Amino acid sequence: MSVTSTDPQLAGPRTDEAEEAPTSALGRLLRDPGRAWSYVGIPLIVLGSWFAVYRWVSGLELDSIEQRWLNAERVTRSVVEHIQLSLIATLFVVGIAVPLGIMLTRPFARRLTPIFIGIANIGQAIPSVGLLFFLALPALLGIGPRTAVVGIVAYCLLPVLRNTMVGLDQVDDKLIEAGRGMGLTTGSVLLRIELPLAVPVILAGIRTALILTVGTMVLATFINAGGLGDIINGGIVNNRTPILLTGAVLTAGLALLIDWLAGIAQEVLRPRGL
Amino acid sequence: MEFMIQLEKLTKRFPGQMAVDEVSMDIPEGEIVVFVGPSGCGKTTTLKMINRLIEPTSGSIFIDGEDVTHMNPDKLRRRIGYVIQQIGLFPHQTIATNIATVPRALKWDKDRIAARVDELLELVGMDPDVYRDRYPKELSGGQNQRIGVARALAADPAVMLMDEPFGAVDPITRERLQSEFLRLQDEVHKTICFVTHDVDEAIKMGDRIAIFGDDHKIQQFDRPETILSNPENEFVEDFLGSGAALKRLHLRRVRDVDLTSWPAASLDEGRDSLRRKLEEAEGYSFLLLVDDRGRPSRWVSSRDLDRSGEDMSDRGLPAAALVEPQGTLHDALDEMITSNVGCAIVVDKQGVYQGVVDIDTVMTAVNTLREELRGRLAVGSWHAVPSEAVEEARS
Repeated sequence: MSVTSTDPQLAGPRTDEAEEAPTSALGRLLRDPGRAWSYVGIPLIVLGSWFAVYRWVSGLELDSIEQRWLNAERVTRSVVEHIQLSLIATLFVVGIAVPLGIMLTRPFARRLTPIFIGIANIGQAIPSVGLLFFLALPALLGIGPRTAVVGIVAYCLLPVLRNTMVGLDQVDDKLIEAGRGMGLTTGSVLLRIELPLAVPVILAGIRTALILTVGTMVLATFINAGGLGDIINGGIVNNRTPILLTGAVLTAGLALLIDWLAGIAQEVLRPRGL
Repeated sequence: MEFMIQLEKLTKRFPGQMAVDEVSMDIPEGEIVVFVGPSGCGKTTTLKMINRLIEPTSGSIFIDGEDVTHMNPDKLRRRIGYVIQQIGLFPHQTIATNIATVPRALKWDKDRIAARVDELLELVGMDPDVYRDRYPKELSGGQNQRIGVARALAADPAVMLMDEPFGAVDPITRERLQSEFLRLQDEVHKTICFVTHDVDEAIKMGDRIAIFGDDHKIQQFDRPETILSNPENEFVEDFLGSGAALKRLHLRRVRDVDLTSWPAASLDEGRDSLRRKLEEAEGYSFLLLVDDRGRPSRWVSSRDLDRSGEDMSDRGLPAAALVEPQGTLHDALDEMITSNVGCAIVVDKQGVYQGVVDIDTVMTAVNTLREELRGRLAVGSWHAVPSEAVEEARS
């Protein structure tokens, strides 16, 4: 049955089935009020809780210990340290895990996959405190921020590594065959087809790693590497609830905010057309 | 004859398994050669050895006289169009970017690529302004298939390889795309290797057909009419299946037969004029109405015309059952059987009414084909006459 091609069903724009794809991240957002609320809601909740703690603490009569901990200079330093340490650790995680994941999905390195996944598994299976204390032994790295970063990187490697591999593996073989069959080099196929299509899964892994990093970086205080753990720990040892609460709320809020930012990045960086 | 693709004792042995066994083949320039056979016969492997997605174990491949068995495979593939099953469009790239894949790899400049993309969209009958910036998932299966073909044609390769290109679309769209592709081929004259497991598709699309057997060798490589009337061996005969006479209708295109002219009139001609025309047309109980652009619209009988009112656009029966000149008589017969008035309407590329094919036309064509066959048998040039053909010739 060879029907003419001028049949409008086939040749014309298909308004019935071809649902207009949202053209921008903002457009996608506005179409879904529930999701839009979660994008505005999270920062509101975080800023609100920070403000509430600030109001509460400023209303208190602070003793000298509390004054030593709860001043703008001390708190700002801890927050900045915490963000710095977390970002540096995440950069290392991404810098190590993504290339490693790419390499391990190439045919020549397939056989090595179990070894590296095994190592990454060990990194995550050992309790992070134990790992930090072990690395901080004088015979190894000693105490300090460097050790904290190394320990946290080892701890957070797995989600990014695994997601990079899964993301690349789930790319349809037919697409790779199509690319190769048209004369794209393996490098072009990786850059133009495999990686863009794996981006959503890889980003999800990085988001998980970021949150893990921000959360576990609290432990850095125990090896004298600074961060918000200083404040929390200060509250515990000195038995001062305002200090403990300030540190805890700051850490939790920071983790939520970073997750929120990562969510937006995921939305913006997701390849269109999927 | 100029051969575009030559395969010389091409062999592929996978560990512990033979895939293709010493296949030799000369493919003339500008022809469609269809590889057909049961699954696992090596047809796809042979195709993929031509662009070296699969490296041959032994044997050589020549394209346009040049030995390409050992040339850089990426460079080779950019000279060969490739269309795969499920199309394989990149979902994260726009239609324009998809089509531009090979030109970009060849480092054409931007303006040249943009111009080529528009040209190709026009060629496959899609408006560049509408489709250029869309994504594959926004298009229908048939439209995506056309983009797949446009992408393969992007750098104007002399050779195209198509691996079950119409396998993933519904039967109606498939036949439409087949006919469209044949029309396109009339314009572009590529040398094409085409893999399918569908015998009907092979007969319709192929200038020549290579039938692969379970022994991973070519059983017969010849023109479809020869294969149909003179299968080389039992395997080929079995594979073609029953109803060879009906299949032979695939070999005659609608444009090769004389069309019957059915009484036709314009939709807005007025009831009285239409009624007069129908009375004048003796022996016809329906009048075919065409719209202002000459495209078939409705079938009306005298009863429909008796009803008052001048608007004819929803009266009578819809004029469906259309075939294009490059459709086959098989397509026409198929349409005819489902048609309201027992004939298939022939329309040109723009959908303008040309005439109809009715059962008499088909019978005449069948008789001619039979005569031709009888003529050949009388000459005695066939070394193996299939029993069915003999019976047919006797009757």
